[in-house]
Amino acid sequence: MQTNENILTKNIWSLLQEVTDPEVPVLTIIDLGIVRDVKINKAGAENEIEVVITPTYSGCPAMDVIRMNIRMVLLEHGFKNVQITTILSPAWTTDWMSDAGKEKLKAYGIAPPNPKQQVCNTQLFAEDEAVQCPHCNSYNTRRISEFGSTACKSLFQCNDCHEPFDYFKCY
Amino acid sequence: MTKEIIYNYTLHLADNALILAQRNSEWCGHGPILEQDIAITNISLDLIGQARSLYQYAAEGCEGATEDTLAYLRDVRAYKNCLLVEQPNGDWAQTILRQFFFSTYQYFLYQRLQQSADATLAAIAEKSLKEVTYHVRWSSEWVIRLGDGTGESHNRMLNALDELWAFTGELFTPAGYEMEAVKLGIGVDVNEIKGEWEQRVNEIFAEATLPSPTTEGVWMQAGGKTGVHTEHMGFILAEMQSMQRAYPGCEW
Ligand SMILES: [Zn+2]
Repeated sequence: MQTNENILTKNIWSLLQEVTDPEVPVLTIIDLGIVRDVKINKAGAENEIEVVITPTYSGCPAMDVIRMNIRMVLLEHGFKNVQITTILSPAWTTDWMSDAGKEKLKAYGIAPPNPKQQVCNTQLFAEDEAVQCPHCNSYNTRRISEFGSTACKSLFQCNDCHEPFDYFKCY
Repeated sequence: MTKEIIYNYTLHLADNALILAQRNSEWCGHGPILEQDIAITNISLDLIGQARSLYQYAAEGCEGATEDTLAYLRDVRAYKNCLLVEQPNGDWAQTILRQFFFSTYQYFLYQRLQQSADATLAAIAEKSLKEVTYHVRWSSEWVIRLGDGTGESHNRMLNALDELWAFTGELFTPAGYEMEAVKLGIGVDVNEIKGEWEQRVNEIFAEATLPSPTTEGVWMQAGGKTGVHTEHMGFILAEMQSMQRAYPGCEW
């Protein structure tokens, strides 16, 4: 049934598509999978819009900017009573990234995350995951460093086209 | 009473993360090679993020406190971090070994803290564990690389072991608030993770051709958890807090 509340919730979800990750601007926060819920809370004359988000990494400096941008976008569309709630559990995983998001990442030159079963464990010198080069599609690549320019990435290089590239690592 | 125990226990976890993050961040721009400079500062960033979550939670239990007042306006005696994390960076070997000892400890601690009766601490542990897993792997690999590397790197690891070993005992010696937190079902009994920690250390040391460390005849230092710190702590805070003390409430 299409209640007013349903329509409003849908509307908010589509507005949130306008908020992008300041560090990887091709990705919206919906692509990233960090928006977990949108709630309409009855609060007197004007309903309160509650957006529930979860951080990618604990120390991700983009989260503060994202919180502000969510508020700005909703304000622009006339929603003044906005509550942004952060939850930590269940912890964010790259499995929540949308397929559209993965495509956009690759087109941007960042290798998208492999599926969840390759999330880091404590096993040493683990065989490098076969990460596909976003430039020439070769799987003949090697990891240069576990840590990259932002918390969510590691550094790779392609053995075929020799281009270095970022890999959005499994989490 | 319960509120005070949660407050102290959470601060202890937060201070450990923040002080090690501050130490590691001293490497920024000074790492041995670019990739490792980025790695150690990324680890700092993860730890600062964990500290923030914990301070925000602690602040809820203390009238007028915020994450910033807890990090920037407390003095040495109020800090509850263990002595290990405040030890100087020394050379790369010493930084690596400190990280390895601490990350391995944090790994087993957070694994158990996920089952805490306190839902917020459990959630922070679940989140942080993913990051700490990377730290364990990275630092373990470096212990092996240096220990089983050249004569020079091997000797530096032995030296680092001499410098740091006496500070590992405190990790498994619970402070009063830790024991109280265990009784309430919110904290982790550090005695329970000691065995796993030792086993992991011995495994990695064997692969690194380093001697298995022993606690026999070693005087283990303690005190940090209850605010009795080494001489280094005051200098760390002087640097970390100087902005907030000179310009109270400043933001950028
Ligand atoms: Zn390529």
